[in-house]
Amino acid sequence: MLIPLQHILIFAAGLFAIGLYGALVRRNVIGILISIELILNAVNVNLIAFSRTTALNPVTGQVFAVIVITLAAVGATVGLAIVLALYRVRRTIYTDEVNLLKW
Amino acid sequence: MVNLAYFIPLFPLASFVFLIFYGKRLGPKSAKVAIGASLAALVTSLPFVIGTLRGAVFQSQFEWLRLGGAPLRFGILIDPLSAMMLFVVTVVGTLIIIYSVGYMHEDPGFSRFFAYLSLFMFSMLTLVLADNLVLLYISWELVGLCSYFLIGFWFEKDSAAQASKKAFITTRIGDVGFFLGILLLYFTTGSVRLVDLNPEFLGTFAGQSQILTLAALLIFCGAIGKSAQFPLHVWLPDAMEGPTPVSALIHAATMVAAGVYLVARSFGMLVTFPDALPVVASIGTFTAFLAAFIALTQTDIKRVLAYSTISQLGFMIAALGLKGYSAGTFHLMTHAFFKALLFLGAGSVIHGTGTQDLREMGGLWKKMPHTTWTFVIASLAIAGVPPFSGFWSKDEILVAAFNAGNPIFYYTLTVTATMTAFYMFRLVFLTFFGKPRKELHVHESPAVMTTPLWLLALGSAVMGLPGSPWMHHAFQTFIEPHAHGVEHTANPLVMQISVACGGGGILLAGLIYLLFPALAPFFGRILKPLYLASSRKFWFDELYQATVIRAWYGLGGLLNRFDQSVIDGAVNGTGLNTLRLSDLKNWVDIHIVDGLVNGVGAVIRGFSSVLRRLQTGLVQNYMFVLFAGVLLILFFELNQ
Repeated sequence: MLIPLQHILIFAAGLFAIGLYGALVRRNVIGILISIELILNAVNVNLIAFSRTTALNPVTGQVFAVIVITLAAVGATVGLAIVLALYRVRRTIYTDEVNLLKW
Repeated sequence: MVNLAYFIPLFPLASFVFLIFYGKRLGPKSAKVAIGASLAALVTSLPFVIGTLRGAVFQSQFEWLRLGGAPLRFGILIDPLSAMMLFVVTVVGTLIIIYSVGYMHEDPGFSRFFAYLSLFMFSMLTLVLADNLVLLYISWELVGLCSYFLIGFWFEKDSAAQASKKAFITTRIGDVGFFLGILLLYFTTGSVRLVDLNPEFLGTFAGQSQILTLAALLIFCGAIGKSAQFPLHVWLPDAMEGPTPVSALIHAATMVAAGVYLVARSFGMLVTFPDALPVVASIGTFTAFLAAFIALTQTDIKRVLAYSTISQLGFMIAALGLKGYSAGTFHLMTHAFFKALLFLGAGSVIHGTGTQDLREMGGLWKKMPHTTWTFVIASLAIAGVPPFSGFWSKDEILVAAFNAGNPIFYYTLTVTATMTAFYMFRLVFLTFFGKPRKELHVHESPAVMTTPLWLLALGSAVMGLPGSPWMHHAFQTFIEPHAHGVEHTANPLVMQISVACGGGGILLAGLIYLLFPALAPFFGRILKPLYLASSRKFWFDELYQATVIRAWYGLGGLLNRFDQSVIDGAVNGTGLNTLRLSDLKNWVDIHIVDGLVNGVGAVIRGFSSVLRRLQTGLVQNYMFVLFAGVLLILFFELNQ
C-alpha cells in the first residue's frame, strides 16, 4: 500500500512547524539545535517523498537526504562545541543571557 | 717691514679684549697689561717714525670689500704727517697711561678704565694709520665712542652721564657732515684714498669744483665737531667730567686733535678748491678768540684748560685755513705735549687737594714742587715764551696769519695769544702761588704720577726746537717735503710782537692776581657786561637750550603725541575692533556652527533611538522576522 504524497507532505510540514516553533521560542541553545535537526529532517522527508513519486531515478533524492544528514551531523558537532565553549566562559546556555555584543 | 705696522694698533686692541674679560680678576695688575701694550705700540712705531725722517713713505693695502664692482681697499699710510701723529699718540698716550696708575689708584673701575684706554689707543692709532677716508671715519667714530665711555666713566654721577651724552651727540652732528662729505667725494672723484687728496689728482675735477668745495666743507664739519670748534664747541668743557687722564689724553692731546689732523689731511683739497679756506680760517680764528675770552674768568681748573684747548685747536684750524700747513701741524704736536702736561698737572692738583675750584687753592708750590714746576713749564710753553715749544709753533701760526693778507686774522690771533698768556698765568698764580685761601690737606702725588709729568715737561720744553730757526726749520721741511720754494724764515717783527704779547699777558696776570689781589673784583665790576659774558660762556648753553634743544623737545613732544594718539590709537583701535569681531564670531561659533553639529548629532540620535529597538541582539527574533517575511512573500505570491 502506497502512502499518498499529500500525507507525507502534511507530516513533513507538521514536523517543520514544530522545529520552527522550537527554534524560535526555545531559550536553551541545545533545544534550538534539536529544533534545527527537526527542520532538517522535515526537509529530508520531503526530499525522499518527492524523489519516490516524481523523479526518474529515486536514488537522486536519497543521495540528497544522506548529504543533508551528514551536514546536520557536522553542524550539530560544531554547534555543540560552541555550546560547550560558551558554557565554560559564561556559565549559561540561555540565548538571551548571551548579550556581550549587544549595543 | 710695512706689514709690521698692522701690529701697532693691534697691541692695544689685544690688551682691550684681554682686560675687558679678565681685568676684574687681574685687579691692579691690569694697568701693566695696558702699559705693556702701549709700550709695544710705541716701540713698533719707532722704526716707521725714523724711516719717515729719512724720507721714506710706508704704504700697504688689502681689499676690504667691493662696492658696486669697485674695490674698497683698506690699508696703512705712514707719511710725515701720520708719523708725527703716531709719535705723539704713542709717547703721550703711554705717559698718560702710566700716570693713570697713580690717579686711578683704588678706583672701583680700575681695570675697566685701562680697558677703555687700550680701546682708545687702538682706535686712535687706526685713525692715524688709516690710508683712506672710510677707515679713518670708522676709527673716528670709535674714538668718539671711547670718549663717550670715558667721559661717562663715573656714570653713577648724573652730570658725568649727561656730559657723555652731550659730547657724543654734539660730535655726531659734525660727523654726519663728514660722512656726507666722504660720499660726495667718492661719487665725484671715485676715490677715498688720502694720497689722492692732492692738487694734482683733484685738479682734474676742476669742472666739479663747486661740489668738491662743498665736500671739503662737509669734511671740515667733522673736524668742527671733533675739535670742538664754534658752533659745536659746547661739549668739550662738559667733557671734563671724565677722569683727568682722560681729559689729558682724549680731550687735549689726541682725539680732539684728530679734527686738526683731518683738516691737515684734506689740506690738498682745500688748496685745490680755495673757496673753502676763508671759512676754515674764520671759524678757527673766531673759536680761538671766543674760547680764550671765556677761559679768562672760569674758576674750575679743568674748565680753564678745556677752553684753552678749544682756543689752541682754533689756532691750529686757523693756521691750516691760512695755508699754514706746517704751522698748524707743528702746533698740533707741541700742543699735545704741553696740554697733556697741563691736564696731568691739574689732575695732580685735584688728586692732592681734593678740589677743582681755583678760589679754594693757592700757595701750593711749597707742598707740590714737582707739580708746580712742571705746570709752570707747560704754562710758559703755551703762553709762547721762548725757547719753550709753544713759542715756536704759535709764532709759525702768527707768521702765517701775518702773511695771509687779511689783517683781521693776525690781530685777532695776536690778541688771543695775549689772552692765552693771561688766563694761563692767572691759573698758575691762583693755584700755586700767593697765600693759601683754604685749609687743604695737600700732598704731593706719587712718583708714578710725577715721572710722566717731568717727561712731558721735557717734551714741552724741547719739542719746539725742530721747528725753530736754530735747527733750520727741520720740522717744516719734514712735514712739507713737496712744498718747493716755500722759504721757512723767521719773521723778527712777528716774533718780537708775540714775545711782547706773551710777556705782557703774564705780567698783567701777575699784577692782578699776585701783587694786588683786590684788583680782580674791581675789574670784574667795571667791566661787568664783559665779565658776565665770559663767565657765563656767552650763554651758548642757554642759547642752545632755548633754541635747538627746546625745538627738539617740542618736536619730540609733538611726535610723542602723534605716536600716542594716532599710532597707539590705530593699534588700540585695531585691537578693540578685533576683540569685538571675535566676540561676534564666538557667538556664531557657539550658536550656529556648534548648533549645527550638535543638531545633526541630536537628529541622528533621535532616529536611532527608535531604530535600535530592532536590534534586539537575539537571533531568534531575527529568525522570526525572517520567517514572517517569507510567509508574507508566500502569501502575496500565492494570492496572485
